[in-house]
Amino acid sequence: MDTNIKILIVDDFATMRKVIRNLLKQGGYDNIVEAEDGVMALSELKANKIDFVISDWNMPNMTGLELLKAVRADGDLSKTPFLMVTAEALQNNVVQAVKAGVDNYIVKPFTADVLNEKITEILAKYKGG
Amino acid sequence: MEVRFINPFLEGTISVLKTMAFIEPKPGKPFLKKNNYAVGDISGIIGLTGSVRGSLALSFSERCIVKVVSNMLGEEIKTINGDIKDAVGEITNMVSGAARKKLEESGLILSAAIPTVVSGKQHSISHVMGGPSIIIPFETEHGPFVVDVCMGKEQ
Repeated sequence: MDTNIKILIVDDFATMRKVIRNLLKQGGYDNIVEAEDGVMALSELKANKIDFVISDWNMPNMTGLELLKAVRADGDLSKTPFLMVTAEALQNNVVQAVKAGVDNYIVKPFTADVLNEKITEILAKYKGG
Repeated sequence: MEVRFINPFLEGTISVLKTMAFIEPKPGKPFLKKNNYAVGDISGIIGLTGSVRGSLALSFSERCIVKVVSNMLGEEIKTINGDIKDAVGEITNMVSGAARKKLEESGLILSAAIPTVVSGKQHSISHVMGGPSIIIPFETEHGPFVVDVCMGKEQ
């Protein structure tokens, strides 16, 4: 498994970004960049090669769902693996995210094992084509 | 406020603290709150709308929240700082999400606003409904905290 992939964490709460970063480290992932909202994430995605996005849903300026739609609509970025990590667990939220092309969805609170399992699953899916 | 609203918040709180901070809080007997004062030193509050209107607040003693956030971040924090304020907002958000998921199972669909955080001794907590709220007290090895829920009637 390639733990050198560049992962972008998008969350408006600095502590949550730190928590996710710590959990990723437990899975061996160390190549991490952060963004505070969808707008900053999108410019990071356009400026640098990002291999994997982990995004919150509720954020000011541009939500995680809007970011996901923008990524899927962009020819250069559309194939970027996208994992949503959010406190929004209502069925309608999950349906909206799946429709917009999310690769998987984790509901907070979650453990390091759950996070790393989902990442492995998504990467395997992309590798298998 | 209906009793069936209480359990989702109680279970949501335990699940969030256990999973994110490795602390298992013990709930006490819920009681009706008579004033607007917070029980703890720092509180997160979030408005809820949908099938009913209401709000949720979590109010932590300093000793308790310092330990909770230290565990969450994997680094030792000694007093209430910016990281703690930020984390209280996120914990409130997560408890609201977990509780709303459980309420959805009983047919109540609620959405949440962005949480706000207030700190200081004897700060006040104003609920959207303005009415009495229910306090669920919790005890941890590192001190107490409470969950303060105020919900209106089903529309």
